[in-house]
Amino acid sequence: MSLRSPLGRVLGLGSAKGGSGHWYSQRVTAVALVILGSWFIASLVMLGAGASHAAVTGWLHSPFSAVMALLLVAVTAYHAQLGLQVVFEDYISDKGTRLVVLVALKFALVVAALIGILAVLRIAFGAQA
Amino acid sequence: MPQFRLPGNSRVQPGKSHAAPAGAKNVKTFRIYRFDPDSNQKPRVDTYEVDIDSCGPMVLDALIKIKNEVDSTLTFRRSCREGICGSCAMNIDGVNTLACTKAIGEIKGDAKIYPLPHMPVIKDLVPDLTNFYAQYASVKPWLQTRTPAPPDRERLQSKEDQEKIDRPSACILCACCSTSCPSYWWNSDRFLGPAALLAAYRWIIDTRDEATGERLDELEDPFRLYRCHTIMNCAQACPKDLNPSKAIAEIKKMIVERQH
Repeated sequence: MSLRSPLGRVLGLGSAKGGSGHWYSQRVTAVALVILGSWFIASLVMLGAGASHAAVTGWLHSPFSAVMALLLVAVTAYHAQLGLQVVFEDYISDKGTRLVVLVALKFALVVAALIGILAVLRIAFGAQA
Repeated sequence: MPQFRLPGNSRVQPGKSHAAPAGAKNVKTFRIYRFDPDSNQKPRVDTYEVDIDSCGPMVLDALIKIKNEVDSTLTFRRSCREGICGSCAMNIDGVNTLACTKAIGEIKGDAKIYPLPHMPVIKDLVPDLTNFYAQYASVKPWLQTRTPAPPDRERLQSKEDQEKIDRPSACILCACCSTSCPSYWWNSDRFLGPAALLAAYRWIIDTRDEATGERLDELEDPFRLYRCHTIMNCAQACPKDLNPSKAIAEIKKMIVERQH
């Protein structure tokens, strides 16, 4: 049982003086994903169902497509990390578990993003079919 | 380990029934949450049949009638009976509202009455609002200035500036909003909740106040402020028709604004 005053408990460790960057980035990346996602869907439609392997790799050879694909992978991973962090902070009340999960989340999404980036680069820099 | 069942003292049991008096023509059934901390028993839901023809129009009238005529052990807070004191906030028919301004006629079927959700219950419909009031106190809900007040009169404010704080000032601190907010349910130890944030906003936009920056500094915190995900249960529950959700969004915008 704590004899600390209710106000003392609410004030706790004080304001973190942060969190606005996280909130703002989440919104900016959402806007970016609208643009990147639209581009990606439009590109897939243009390639058409049953496009050949050569057509798809050829498309990713263009510097513009490659950069857009890299941005799509990176921004998706970043946005997912920001969003999932909020979910975990909401629902995991145990401080230790929360920290471990948040660190694991960051590691997992960095790995996922790097795999995607490497895949795009391999096609972009690979021999033209 | 995740907990998938409510703790024992939160599992509600069936309770006693009190039938309507003989000859009652217009009967409404009230199912009311009961918890007595001294009895060492789990909470239960008691059923009361009330003769509506001999009862006032509001849910509070029915509660007072039950307490006066049927079961004097029924415990609830009430004072003004006109929606200005905020004492009789409770969960009626699944929605947090004031018993004194909720008409019995608006409720279809049985009237289910519970205390405000996710708060420690002191007895029956009386929740422990200690943390809620401490959160309100933590935003320093009073005028802070550096400029001394004019010696001969009050601090002036234009009509337009007064109108900005007119609505947020109408909050009666009934706690309907905060206790309807899922973010507040999960993190009320750190998230200030819609009521305290609306109060903070009321002072942030007060043109006479000179601590705006310090107030924003105190709120800029992943838990104190940013647990709000604009779910908007607060605006829906508010019996005074206020919009804490919008106030919180405005606070977030101001914090971004001062960085650009």
